[in-house]
Amino acid sequence: MEKIKFLGLKCIRGISLLIGLSILTFTMMHNSPIDPISAYIGSETSITLEQREALEEHWGLNDPPHVQYFTWLKNFIGGEMGNSKIQRRPVADIVAEKFTASFALMGISWVLSGSIGFCLGILAAVKKGKPTDRFIKWLSYIQASVPTFWLGLMLLIVFSVWLRWFPIGISVPIGVVSSQVTLWDRIHHMILPVATLSVLGIANVTLHTREKMIDVLNSEYVLFAKTRGETTWEILKNHGIRNVALPAITLHFAYFGELFGGSVLAEQVFSYPGLGSTLTEAGLKSDLPLLMGIVMISAIFVFAGNMIADILNAIINPRLKEGNTLD
Amino acid sequence: MSSKSVLSVKNLSVSFSQYVKGLKQKIITPIGCLNIDLKAGEVHAVIGASGSGKSLLAHAVLGILPSNAICSGTMDYMGEPLTEKRIKQLRGKEIAFIPQSVNYLDPLMKVGKQIKIGLPKESASKTEAQLLQQYGLKQGDKERYPFELSGGMLRRILFATSVREGVKLVIADEPTPGIHPEALSAILNQLRAFADEGASVMLITHDIVSALSISDRVTVLREGEAIETVDVDCFHGKGEKLSHPYTKALWRSLPTNEFTLYQEVKLCH
Repeated sequence: MEKIKFLGLKCIRGISLLIGLSILTFTMMHNSPIDPISAYIGSETSITLEQREALEEHWGLNDPPHVQYFTWLKNFIGGEMGNSKIQRRPVADIVAEKFTASFALMGISWVLSGSIGFCLGILAAVKKGKPTDRFIKWLSYIQASVPTFWLGLMLLIVFSVWLRWFPIGISVPIGVVSSQVTLWDRIHHMILPVATLSVLGIANVTLHTREKMIDVLNSEYVLFAKTRGETTWEILKNHGIRNVALPAITLHFAYFGELFGGSVLAEQVFSYPGLGSTLTEAGLKSDLPLLMGIVMISAIFVFAGNMIADILNAIINPRLKEGNTLD
Repeated sequence: MSSKSVLSVKNLSVSFSQYVKGLKQKIITPIGCLNIDLKAGEVHAVIGASGSGKSLLAHAVLGILPSNAICSGTMDYMGEPLTEKRIKQLRGKEIAFIPQSVNYLDPLMKVGKQIKIGLPKESASKTEAQLLQQYGLKQGDKERYPFELSGGMLRRILFATSVREGVKLVIADEPTPGIHPEALSAILNQLRAFADEGASVMLITHDIVSALSISDRVTVLREGEAIETVDVDCFHGKGEKLSHPYTKALWRSLPTNEFTLYQEVKLCH
């Protein structure tokens, strides 16, 4: 019963979040100085006033804002996200396509930053105060302070321009038929964006794991474990990872939001055709249906991350199991 | 008491350096010049007020003092110096530590698994079942987490996790507070049984009455010094056989005796 109530409350929270977010996005786009028609036409060509009015009428731009919003909402609930104005394709198709590309990028980065950060954090805690710890801490502070786009640019300059190890951008080689693109090509193009995006998340997990692990190593149960003859490695294996993994995993799922934000910047720098760069394009060209679609999907994505964190917490943590409140 | 010495602590002193008011460093010495000798087959009570250095003594012997502690003096175990390397090998095997609070159990590990730590793999499950039975716990309790068990049960789990077969020295740090009389006597009997099997038991407590009921000798600690070690028989009558005024005062202050206030006694150094 508690569990159903917990999930129900979460869902209500999620839905209200989506509604609020869609209103906010719509309002901001509606008041944006970018005129969708000019952005669509571009600066080179010009159209007559009649053509312009016809287009405005066709897109429904003459309706009052709330009518426009509710038309969108009604269609969205019915599963229809509309057509992109600039790409003239269904938003659902574009989102599905770009999401796959972004998902690979974000998924790999998420796993990498999580596992590297966790290991570094444990190492730092075990070597607390020693040069290894100080080096890891120093590295983490640098990682945390470096902006994503700057790091991406630096990697591009060093590895693509100077060393020529990796391509400059895009997800596949230029001038190759898509059927001839190999898996290696895709991986090759993904390495730098993934590296950029991973580094962003490592520091977060490292510093958190380090703090938690130091607490655990100073705990009474670790002291007792020592008197039972457990070695440092046994203490880590038996008590350390068990007590640190849970908060670390929770934190890392909650990090979905930042990951998404980071991917927008990383994709922009590497011209990687994912959700992030499409979002930027939609925003700059005032493509409302596409923008709304991407915002909604990413909100669901981030919300799901947080929800998974909560549920996992409840499943793994035995102290929360037996009908205890979850919130 | 002519049996051989298990642990002999001479001139032990433990200090900590602390920062006071910014960068000024100050050395505090909670234990200075402590001597104690534990024999095989005896329960040796270590009594004293809070802050007299009882727990620190245990931690010093076990080599688990915090890293900012400075330790000096000599400790001999079975006639040989107890070095840092040696204590690491002996802990959990010949030397067992029973901690003072149930927080010393891993909150996220089933108690059965905690009992099994350090046991040889082949016989771990069998030994675990034996231990549960020995301490009056149900076999099903091994599947529980510490938060699901009562304080008295957790005390017994602490015993089951720390004392192994072949133990020669048991250091029990306040194993009795906050449990009901029945469980208390069970724990005291268990400690007595360890000694009767030939181990040496150091019982650290401030519960003088319980300590006296099972001990052979008593060492009184005061401000980090062992002021007196006497046979348990000396705690009798008005304490005429006790030599140190502090011990006498302690004895007389008990409700069952004269219930005299401690501050009435002038202490001379």
